[in-house]
Amino acid sequence: MAGWSTDKGMAVCLPQANIDTDQLIPARFMSVPRAQGYGRFLLHDMRREETGDLKAAFPLNAQEGISVLVAGRNFGSGSSREAAVYALVDSGIRAVFAPSFGDIFASNAVNNGLLPAQIDEATYVALSQSLERRPQTIMIDLGARSLQLGSVGARFSIDDSWALKLINGWDDIDITRHHRTAIAAFKNIRHQTTVWAWPNGAD
Amino acid sequence: MKPIAQTMLDKLWTAHEVLRREDGVSLLWIDRHLVHEGSHHAFGKLKERGLSVCEPDLTFAFVDHYAPTRRSSQTSDPQIMGMIETLRQNAHDHGVHLYDLDDPRQGIAHVVGPEEGLTLPGLLINCGDSHTSTHGAFGALAFGIGATEVAHVLATQTIWQRKPKSMRIRVEGTLGLGVTAKDIALGWIGKLGTDGAQGHAVEYAGAVIRGLSMEGRMTLCNMSIEGGARFGIIAPDETTFAYIKDRPFAPKAGAWEQACADWRALSSDNDAQFDREALLDASEIAPTVTWGTSPEQALPITAAVPAANEVTPAKREAVRDALEYMGLKAGHKLEGTAVDRVFIGSCTNGRIEDLREAAHVLRGRKAKIPGHVSPGSAKVKAQAEAEGLDQIFKAAGLDWVASGCSMCVGMNGDLVEKGQRCASSTNRNFKGRQGRGARTHLMSPAMVAAASVTGMLTDVRWLLERHQ
Repeated sequence: MAGWSTDKGMAVCLPQANIDTDQLIPARFMSVPRAQGYGRFLLHDMRREETGDLKAAFPLNAQEGISVLVAGRNFGSGSSREAAVYALVDSGIRAVFAPSFGDIFASNAVNNGLLPAQIDEATYVALSQSLERRPQTIMIDLGARSLQLGSVGARFSIDDSWALKLINGWDDIDITRHHRTAIAAFKNIRHQTTVWAWPNGAD
Repeated sequence: MKPIAQTMLDKLWTAHEVLRREDGVSLLWIDRHLVHEGSHHAFGKLKERGLSVCEPDLTFAFVDHYAPTRRSSQTSDPQIMGMIETLRQNAHDHGVHLYDLDDPRQGIAHVVGPEEGLTLPGLLINCGDSHTSTHGAFGALAFGIGATEVAHVLATQTIWQRKPKSMRIRVEGTLGLGVTAKDIALGWIGKLGTDGAQGHAVEYAGAVIRGLSMEGRMTLCNMSIEGGARFGIIAPDETTFAYIKDRPFAPKAGAWEQACADWRALSSDNDAQFDREALLDASEIAPTVTWGTSPEQALPITAAVPAANEVTPAKREAVRDALEYMGLKAGHKLEGTAVDRVFIGSCTNGRIEDLREAAHVLRGRKAKIPGHVSPGSAKVKAQAEAEGLDQIFKAAGLDWVASGCSMCVGMNGDLVEKGQRCASSTNRNFKGRQGRGARTHLMSPAMVAAASVTGMLTDVRWLLERHQ
């Protein structure tokens, strides 16, 4: 996965709280292999008529090339389905700005190069007002934890270890394999001292 | 020097910490990894890198999300069968034990894990499912993870995780007639919000929690994620040990004695400090239902549907939106709202005690509306049939079907039709969760049974009193 530290993108606001992962991708699409792309399922039922046509009034449908979302609190709550992140990433979304995120969603986002950037309520209000009429260009500096959208300049927060991971495009499996010896030693001691932790208490 | 008082979270964390990086993120050892059909993304990632499952003996596979509950008619759907077949193939290729559809111990991972004695106090349990918090009811550190993390656990049997903050929710007093663990869960989420415990591990404590059965504790821990907490934990006690003893994978003989001694030491120390505390008075909790599209939109059955101007400004738009989706009018009494169908089951409320409570309400009564009951596992189903509960459901007119996640998430085709209102013993009333346009009301199994009897949202206490 390629890392990134700055981005210039086009932002749109979804002014709602609690956009859960069932909204981000309804369950019925989750048996599709990832190779087919999940972008077309993003926010499917909010965004599309039952015929499958895009709803003209839905902010995300305003124009092509949207790469940043601003949304209300508790974005990505609910199911652990990483498919919600795939739907965002496959649609070209690089970052989501919200006052808070579902814990599992945020973790999944970082594992796929998507920035879950936490902003305070005042910043959320300022951004949503600026984006009320149309999408706008936004500049993101991950290293400085800052954003600029028109006249709105603000800071965002993210766990330092997550920011590093995004910037460097690190993959956890590669990192963990460097700790193979420590893991083997831990397992050995646990097996000796806590035999009941293995199924049926025996080897 | 006096040792620093520790929470149960502290103790569980330390016991699994392989190492802690300078940035404070821990590498944790995983004792049990549960996978299901949805784990295909993770197995795919493993394949891409040419890796195999690192600890197949600590990995267990379950057919649950796509399990056909009407085995014969749904098994012809190629999309559903394809998901199950992929899991079979992955389990076979990696030497992982699979609880397949025809296994007498098949069922939902969060029901079967405890039944099999795979879930024990003091373990760290992961599963690519947010309701993994269920297993915390035993005093285990159990949390849901995404597909990339599932692949990481498959490949390394470890996970990187920053320790969450600690929060204790104490429930004191006495629960009233017809009030269950589900009502405690909806009660606290209704008060604190769906992000009320975000970033925290919730420990449930107090006299009421001590008095709950393991089934009730699992319901409560299961719903933790609906309040934003990835972890829900309850200190193990004699109730826990009695549930576990002699289960197939539980420790035996000498290991059992050592295990019980270790488990007794897991409780939070008396003077342990929590980052947050909340206190609930059990006598104030009534049978509760959700009226909106978020689990925090929950109220006692005796309440009226709220108006947008009755909530904080930040939540007004959400109320308007929810009322429109749910087809409800502000000010109308919740009790008496017409319901189209019912569902009893899921990892939240598909255990034997849940079915007993629902059957108790339905005994000698008829359902006015259609619905079905899907036990959480084949073992729960067999137990219920041995007790004659299936006969009560069937005599009432409800369908008695096989076990799986079923109508909680509808992946197997068990869907609520557009615009239909469903009284459901499940965990999420999100828009479209049970089918596009479906209107879900969450409640306890007994409350679902009551709704089926009258065809309306109903205070189960009326029906219980008439039974006495």
